[in-house]
Amino acid sequence: MGIRFILMVNKQGQTRLAQYYEYLTLEQRRALEGEIVRKCLARNEQQCSFVEHRNYKIVYRRYASLFFLVGVDNDENELAILEFIHLIVETMDQHFGNVCELDIMFHLEKAHFMLEEMVMNGHMVETSKSNILAPIQLMEKAV
Amino acid sequence: MANPSIMDTLFQRSLEDLIKGIRLQSPDSSTPTSSFLCKSMEEIRREIKSTDPHTKSIALLKLTYLNSIYGFDMSWAAFHVVEVISYPQFPLKKIGYSAATASFHDGTDVLLLLTNQLRKDLSSSNGFEVSLALQCLSVIGTTDLCRDLCNEIFTLLSSTRIYVKKKAIAVVLRVFRKYQDAVGVCFKRLVDNLESSEPQGMSAVVGVFCELTLRDPEGYLPLAPEFYRILIDCKNNWVLIKVLKIFAKLAPLEPRLAKKIVDPICEIMRRTMAKSLMFECIWTVVSSLSEYESAVKLAVVKARELLVDDDPNLKYLGLKALSSLAFNHPWAVVENKDAVISSLSDADPNIKLASLRIVMSMVSEDNVVEISRVLINYSLKSDPDFCNEILRSILTTCSRNYYEVVFDFDWYISLLGEMSRIPYCQRGEEIENQLIDIGMRVKDARQELVRVARDLLIDPALLGNPFLHRILSAAAWVSGEYVELSKSPFELMEALLQPRTSLLPPLIRAVYIQSAFKVLVYCLHSYLLQKEATASSFAADGNTPWIENSAIQGPEGSDLATSELDREFNPRDFSPSFENNGHSISKLSTHKSMVNLLNLTEMALGPLMESHEVEIQERVRNILGVKELVKQEILDHSAQKEENSEKKESDASKIIELIYHSFSEELGPVSASAQARITVPNGLVLKDNLAELEIICGDIELPVSTSFSLGTLHSREKEVLSLDDAASNEDSEPSTESTSLLSEHYKRHKLYYLLERKMMPFPLIIHLPMKVRFRIIRSMISMIL
Repeated sequence: MGIRFILMVNKQGQTRLAQYYEYLTLEQRRALEGEIVRKCLARNEQQCSFVEHRNYKIVYRRYASLFFLVGVDNDENELAILEFIHLIVETMDQHFGNVCELDIMFHLEKAHFMLEEMVMNGHMVETSKSNILAPIQLMEKAV
Repeated sequence: MANPSIMDTLFQRSLEDLIKGIRLQSPDSSTPTSSFLCKSMEEIRREIKSTDPHTKSIALLKLTYLNSIYGFDMSWAAFHVVEVISYPQFPLKKIGYSAATASFHDGTDVLLLLTNQLRKDLSSSNGFEVSLALQCLSVIGTTDLCRDLCNEIFTLLSSTRIYVKKKAIAVVLRVFRKYQDAVGVCFKRLVDNLESSEPQGMSAVVGVFCELTLRDPEGYLPLAPEFYRILIDCKNNWVLIKVLKIFAKLAPLEPRLAKKIVDPICEIMRRTMAKSLMFECIWTVVSSLSEYESAVKLAVVKARELLVDDDPNLKYLGLKALSSLAFNHPWAVVENKDAVISSLSDADPNIKLASLRIVMSMVSEDNVVEISRVLINYSLKSDPDFCNEILRSILTTCSRNYYEVVFDFDWYISLLGEMSRIPYCQRGEEIENQLIDIGMRVKDARQELVRVARDLLIDPALLGNPFLHRILSAAAWVSGEYVELSKSPFELMEALLQPRTSLLPPLIRAVYIQSAFKVLVYCLHSYLLQKEATASSFAADGNTPWIENSAIQGPEGSDLATSELDREFNPRDFSPSFENNGHSISKLSTHKSMVNLLNLTEMALGPLMESHEVEIQERVRNILGVKELVKQEILDHSAQKEENSEKKESDASKIIELIYHSFSEELGPVSASAQARITVPNGLVLKDNLAELEIICGDIELPVSTSFSLGTLHSREKEVLSLDDAASNEDSEPSTESTSLLSEHYKRHKLYYLLERKMMPFPLIIHLPMKVRFRIIRSMISMIL
C-alpha cells in the first residue's frame, strides 16, 4: 500500500493535519495517533528517524515546532520517505512563504490539497515542486 | 443550550473565526468536551441544514476541520456532503469533496447517490473538477462505484490533459483492487502509458506497476524490457527507486533478467550521490541478486560506508542491509564485526536492537561461548530494557531446536545461573523452564545443575527479588529431584527452610517445602541404611565404628571437612549399595545431625501447619507427619545404640524406604497428545452433567468422621450438606431419601437435638413447594447445630 498515513503534530502532541490513505474509525485514529506521537516525541536528536510500529514503519522528522510523521509499509525505502517529507516542507514553504505551524492551521485545506497533488492512493504521483504548485496557483487565481 | 441570539444567526462564523476562537480558549479547550467546541458543533448543526449553498458549505468546512483535528464524528452529515458536492460552484464543490474524502467509507449508505455526480464531474471539461472527482474516488471508491465509473476512467487514461491523466493512472490501482474486471478493460491503456515515457506521468505509472508487481510478480514479467529501458534512461531518482523495487521482485523469477540488470545497478550504486538510491540498490542486490559475488562485494563496501557514518539513520540502514546478508554471506558480517559490536552500545535503542539481531544470527557451535560472554558484558552495562532483550535473545537462540548450538551443558547451566544474578534480569520464566528442561533431558548435566541450584538457594538476598522467584522455584525443584547428586543435603535443607523464604509467593514456597521433603526422606533413608550397615558390621566385627563416627563428627556444618576423614577411617564398613552414590552423604548422617535436621524441620515448618494456603498446608502436614513417625524411632535409638545386636526393621524405616523409592523413580515428560490417545473404555461416560450426581449419591451415607485432619464439626457439616443437596432436588423421589436421611440422623444424634420435636409428618412435606421444603429442612438442621 505504500504510504498509509501522514500526520503533522506539534511538540505538545496536538494534531495539526491528518491524512489517512486507508480507512480507520475515529477511535482507531485517536488511539493510533496517541501511541505513535508518544513514541516519536520521546526520542531525541541522536536517534534515528525510523520507528517500527506493529506491522509497519513510521518515518518522522522534526521541523521547528512541527513533527512530520509518515506511516509506511515495511518494504518502503526509508530514506526516500525522508526526502519526501522534505519535499512537502519545501513545497509548502514555497507556497506560503516561510511556512510555519500557523499557516497550516489556518489554511488546512490548502495543505490537504497540496498533499493530494503529491500522493494519491498511498503512492507518490508527483515529485516536482513546480508541477505540484501550478494547479494550486491556477485554482486560486480562478476562484 | 441557551437560545441562539440574533447575532449568532445573522452572522455565520467562518473557519478562520472558528480557529481563532479555539486558539483564544484556554489550553484545555482542545478536548472534545470543552464547551466552546460543543457550542460550535451546535452552530454547525444548525447552519448545515440551511438551503443557502454558501452557509451550508462553510458549515461543512468547519465540520470537516473539527472531524479531522479533534475527532468529532461527522457521519450524520453524509447527506449534506452529497448535496454540497452537487453545487456547481467550484470552491463549494471542493469543500464537499474534501469532506467526503475525510469521512466516507465502505459503510456509508449515501455513497450510491454520488455515482452520477462523480460521473458528471469526471467527464467535465474543467480539469480541476475532474481531478477533484478522481482524488475523492481514490480514497472512497467502493466496488459499485468503481464498476459504474470504470468507463470514465478508461477514457481519462488516454486524455490529452496530462494533469488529469496522471491522476487517472493513480486511481486505476484502487479500481483494480475493488473491481477486478476493470483490469481487462484498462490494462492496455496503462501499458501504453508506460511505454510513452512522458516524464510527468512516469512517477504515477511506475508507482502503479510497483504495487501491482508486489502482489503478483509473474504477470508483469513480460513488461521487463520496458522497465529496463526506464532503468537505463530515466534520471529521476524517485522513479528509479520504484523500478528497482520492481526488479527486486522480478529478478528471482528469471535468471537472464538478473544477469542483465546486475551491471546497470552496480553502475548506479557507484555513480549516484543520493543515499536513498544507493540504499535501494544495496537492498536490491542483497535481497534478490545475492548470487552475484561482485555485486554483493560492492554492496557490502557501500553498506560499510553507511555503517561507519555518524548519522544514526544511515547506521541503522547499514545494519539492516547487513542483517539480511548474514544468512547467506556470513563473511560480510565478520568483516564488519567491530562496527556491529560497537553499535551494541549506541545511544539509539533501534540501532542496538538491529546490531543485536545481527550478532544473534551469527551464533554457531564454535562461537556461542565467546558471543555469550561479550553479550553478557554488554548487558551489565546497559539499561534494563536492552539488558532483558539481550538475555531473551541468548535464551531463545541457545534453546532453539532443543539446544542445537550448546555442546557443553555444564557451561550453559553456569551461564543460566550467572544470568539469574544480573540485577535487571526479568526473564525468570524462561530460565526456569530451561533449567528444568535441561535437567530432565541431559543426565550428565544434573551435577552442575545441582551445584548451580545450591548457589542460588543459599543466597538469602535473592529471595527478596520477585523476578527471581521462578528461578528459585526451579532451583528448589532441581535440588529436591536430584538430591543424591548434592554435596551437602544438610546445607540444602537449611537453605530451603531459611526464614526468608516467607517472602516467596505461596505456590513457590510449596515447591520449596516439597523439595525439603524429598531431601529429608533422602537423608533419613541413607541414615537408616547406614545404621543397618553399621549395626550389621557392628554385629560382625564387634567394634563400634558408628560411635566413633559420631565422636568424630563435629558440628553438622562442617560436613565436607569430616567426610574426607571418614573415608580414610572406615572405607569398608559401608554396604556397597550406597558407596556407588559417589558422595559421602551417607557418612555424614550421624545421629546428632539427624536429630538436628528433624528439629530444624519442626521449627521452620511448625508455624505453617495452620497456613491458609492450601498447597502449603498440605505439604507441611505431609512432611511433619513423616517426621512424627520417624522421630520416635530416631530418639529411641539414642537410648538403644549400644544394645542393638539384632536389628528389627521398624515401621519407620519401611515407610521411609517406600517414600524414598517412590521419589527416586523418574517421571518423564508426558506428550501433549497422550490424553487423546487413550481410548475411552466402554461404559465410561465422560460428558455427563455432574449435577445429576446428586441423584446417584444422595443416598450414600457419609461416614461419621474418623479422619485425622478434620474435626467433628466438619463431618457434621458434610452430612448436613448432603441433606441440603438432597433436599434441593426436583424429583419427589429424592425427597423421600432426604427424609430418610434426616430420620437416620435423628436416630443417631438424638442426643444433640435441642427440642424434643415431633417428627413432622414428613410425607406432608413432599407436597409443599420446593423452596419451602428446603427452608423447613434447613431450619431443622440449624436446630441441630
